[in-house]
Amino acid sequence: MGVFYLKRHLRSKIHHGWMLVCLVLVLLMPLIIGFGLTFKSGMLFQERSLGELLFTTDWRPVAGKFGLLPFILSSLWVTILAILIAAPICLLTAIHLTQYAKKWVLKLMHPVIDILAGIPSVIFGVWGILIIVPLVSRYIAPVFDKHVTGFSILSGAIVLAVMIIPFILNILIEVFRALPDELTEASLSLGASKWQTIKYVLVKRAFPAIVSAFGLGLSRAFGETIAILMVVGNVPRMPTGVFQPGYPLPALIANNYGEMMSVPLYDAVLMFAALVLFIIVTLFNLTSRMAIIRLERNQ
Amino acid sequence: MKASGPKIRISHLSITIGGKAVLKDINLQIPEHQITVILGPSGCGKTTLLKSLNRLIDLNHQAKAEGEIFIDGQEILHDTRDVTKIRKKMGLLSQRPYPLPMNIYNNIAFGLRISGRKQKRILDRRVEHYLRLAHLWEEVCDRLRDPASALSIGQQQRLCLARGLAVDPDIILADEPTSALDPVSSKIIEDLFREMKKQYTIILVTHVLRQAIRLADHVVFMSEGEVVEQGSPQNLFSNPQTAQLRAYLTEGN
Repeated sequence: MGVFYLKRHLRSKIHHGWMLVCLVLVLLMPLIIGFGLTFKSGMLFQERSLGELLFTTDWRPVAGKFGLLPFILSSLWVTILAILIAAPICLLTAIHLTQYAKKWVLKLMHPVIDILAGIPSVIFGVWGILIIVPLVSRYIAPVFDKHVTGFSILSGAIVLAVMIIPFILNILIEVFRALPDELTEASLSLGASKWQTIKYVLVKRAFPAIVSAFGLGLSRAFGETIAILMVVGNVPRMPTGVFQPGYPLPALIANNYGEMMSVPLYDAVLMFAALVLFIIVTLFNLTSRMAIIRLERNQ
Repeated sequence: MKASGPKIRISHLSITIGGKAVLKDINLQIPEHQITVILGPSGCGKTTLLKSLNRLIDLNHQAKAEGEIFIDGQEILHDTRDVTKIRKKMGLLSQRPYPLPMNIYNNIAFGLRISGRKQKRILDRRVEHYLRLAHLWEEVCDRLRDPASALSIGQQQRLCLARGLAVDPDIILADEPTSALDPVSSKIIEDLFREMKKQYTIILVTHVLRQAIRLADHVVFMSEGEVVEQGSPQNLFSNPQTAQLRAYLTEGN
């Protein structure tokens, strides 16, 4: 009896210990990654200032010129444009599916969304090259009187938008489904129309969660690599318009890491680029979280 | 207090939800300026009956309604005209308060604004008037811009009442409005109902027998989707005619 108790007790202790270790590991992970990246890019700062790396535009690795601004701006352009395309589509789709559509439509949509979310990034890239790039080149750009190859920030943003739509849409559907029916009933009983109820009550109530869904989509989009790299053109130059090619940070790292190790400091600057990426994504996450907290307090 | 003809007349109302009969051939007359209490065990169809009065039943795609409901002599159940007009005739109070996601002032002003009254002076006056009517003004007058969710549950329920009154209904539909409240808040709501019946026709759904005894002018006892008995509370409670009501009364609640 005593031994049995001891064994059980011990086992429970051990299992508890394991869980704690795993938890700590998960918590430490971002710190470890951040620290590693900082450490690896450290030697870059012996001759250069942070400002020179972040805010100059001259990118000539062989000459030791490492201005990252074109890459940072490309990333921001592609990501923000992608969110601008994806956000209204996701919001309206989620509203339609949860407020207007019949139940079976929603049931049908769930697997469609899951399939879309499960498609490997590289397939989106190929689809982008075959469909989106020619579409931009032949049909969209000429409308604005531009004649371009189609490998551009806009193509990157469209492909990226399609990739993050299932991700954001999934969250938004859950958000709208979680709203209490009584809130709709309360608004309708005051004489509000269905659309007024959605606009002034449901969306307003769900606003913090909507912001967080977009914020998470933004973080996800910012780090997306392969599909973007395939359609965005990868020219290390300041982006001047959405029909121009861009060169986002993840593409820079993926394209060059492991190739140009003979150039001094090249690996350090790529590590630094990764650190910048990491910090920006973290900032996106933190700001969207803070926005949620503030918005929730105001409700 | 005048007790004129029926404010609401329900005739052969049957409702099925997903093929299951929830209300069976309901025939009722609800008198004006009185408190009609709909009493009955959980799941007897009380809430469905209430929701069919202001057509919230429409939200349930599986629900099918037959029969007729007349309010002030006008049939509303199959009315294809503007349903928002029908709904505005009735203030709704649900089991738990669901304040709108906005501040206290706007919770009242919302209904006024969507019906086109947007002048600030008028809104200010109306908001104060209805908050006073719900005995809430003194407690919130210095924090009208605070979110409604900051209020206590009891205050929220009174806010919901004021919000419903602000769109100028004739009828108050209350679905177990005190079930989430503490005794003090419940008493405030009950007192308000007694006061309000001078101006409004009140339909109160409850499963609390004592509340029914305290408030009712007219009692409708329901069980399994049917109206089993109805009448004045004195008659009904002292002299129940059916086994169901006798059982309900002795088992108490």
